Amino acid sequence: MAKITYHTHDNKTHTVDVQKGLTVMEGAIQNDIPGIDADCGGGMACATCHVYVKEEWLNKLPAKEDGEEDMLDMAFEPKNNSRLSCQLIVSDELDGLEVNIPSKQG
Amino acid sequence: MNKTDVLIIGAGPTGLFCAHQLGIIGLSCEIVDNLDKAGGQCIELYPDKPIYDIPAVPECTGEELTNNLLKQIKPFNIKFHLNERVEELKKNKNRWHVKTSAGIEFDVAAIVIAGGVGSFEPRKFPVKECEKFEGNSLFYSIKDKSIFKDKTISIFGGGDSALDWAIELSNNSKVNLIHRRDGFSGVEASVQKVKELNEQGKLNLYTKFQMDSVLGDKNIEKVKIKHEKGEIKEIKSDYVLGFFGLIMQLGPILDWGLNIDKKTVQVNTENFETNINGIFAIGDICSYPGKLKLILSGFHEGALAARGCFKYAKPDEKLRFEFTTTSKAAQERLGIKK
Repeated sequence: MAKITYHTHDNKTHTVDVQKGLTVMEGAIQNDIPGIDADCGGGMACATCHVYVKEEWLNKLPAKEDGEEDMLDMAFEPKNNSRLSCQLIVSDELDGLEVNIPSKQG
Repeated sequence: MNKTDVLIIGAGPTGLFCAHQLGIIGLSCEIVDNLDKAGGQCIELYPDKPIYDIPAVPECTGEELTNNLLKQIKPFNIKFHLNERVEELKKNKNRWHVKTSAGIEFDVAAIVIAGGVGSFEPRKFPVKECEKFEGNSLFYSIKDKSIFKDKTISIFGGGDSALDWAIELSNNSKVNLIHRRDGFSGVEASVQKVKELNEQGKLNLYTKFQMDSVLGDKNIEKVKIKHEKGEIKEIKSDYVLGFFGLIMQLGPILDWGLNIDKKTVQVNTENFETNINGIFAIGDICSYPGKLKLILSGFHEGALAARGCFKYAKPDEKLRFEFTTTSKAAQERLGIKK
């Protein structure tokens, strides 16, 4: 288990234990954290699981695969710390990760 | 009024195969889809990506799968209503009346919702004032390019649509292309062409910029764009175009009284009927314990939903289970000559 903190747009903070091997997107869906749609189910094909990663975590995350940046072009208000949460696999290294969920996914 | 046994909403693989199953058991159907072509997510999201888990098909692309399904339902001469979204639903005695966005009406015995994760709509600018100009000087698709002649157009996006239109419109208009990063997702040849046009002064390329605001009274006059480092530029613009791909919206189906949970419709697993008699849901849009969002699951769901429709379409007849290998009736419906 790793602790992942999701800050939702209504200024609420949700810290949950997410099983290692699941994605940050799945952690949100399983814990009913609002604001992540994940329409395509984790296939890097829709950009509706877009999150902003807290700056200090940016360099600790696995690099973006081909295609993630292309999908982020489609996301709602992408920024430099934007990631698709379906591409972030929870591991010991990500214990304590904090992400902000945007006001909308599209 | 189009009278048919079943209306299928959604022309993705699940909807197409359900049409096949309806045809095999002797029911007629018509299909409505919001996109301009059949195939659903397979065509819109990943036409060139290989799929490896269609039973007995080791590898095929979304486009190949769609084409094969269309070939498979060809004998049934199914009528498609593309670029149409279902809007209204009314119960009329034992039948349903459905109306689409363009006013096409259907009189059907049953409805199968195979709507994926909803209908595809263009993604819009996050900037709120954009709504005010939408349809007069701000567009997410182009219907008549002649209006842009000799005007100044600001195009936002980095995919093929943005690049293709920037190249095309630069012939007769002053084009600004604005994109949030240096890299583009469009094909390399178009990216090169855009860069060339920029160097020749035939197009202005602004990278690492995003929209900040739009200014104007009735029509857009200027757009403000913001660099990732904070610098703001004001550029004159008669028109603004946004190409950020498509997003799926559940739309009017939400108001039909169906049991909906997290953008999916709850169904039973016996025949994939919803809480409303005569309305079925299959594919990605349905949910039940153990649901897998796989195309193969959608095929199974469609086969059972088709049989579930039978009692509404032909209440006085009994449906017998038959195999296509041996059933004369099924083979006749498929147009097989022996």
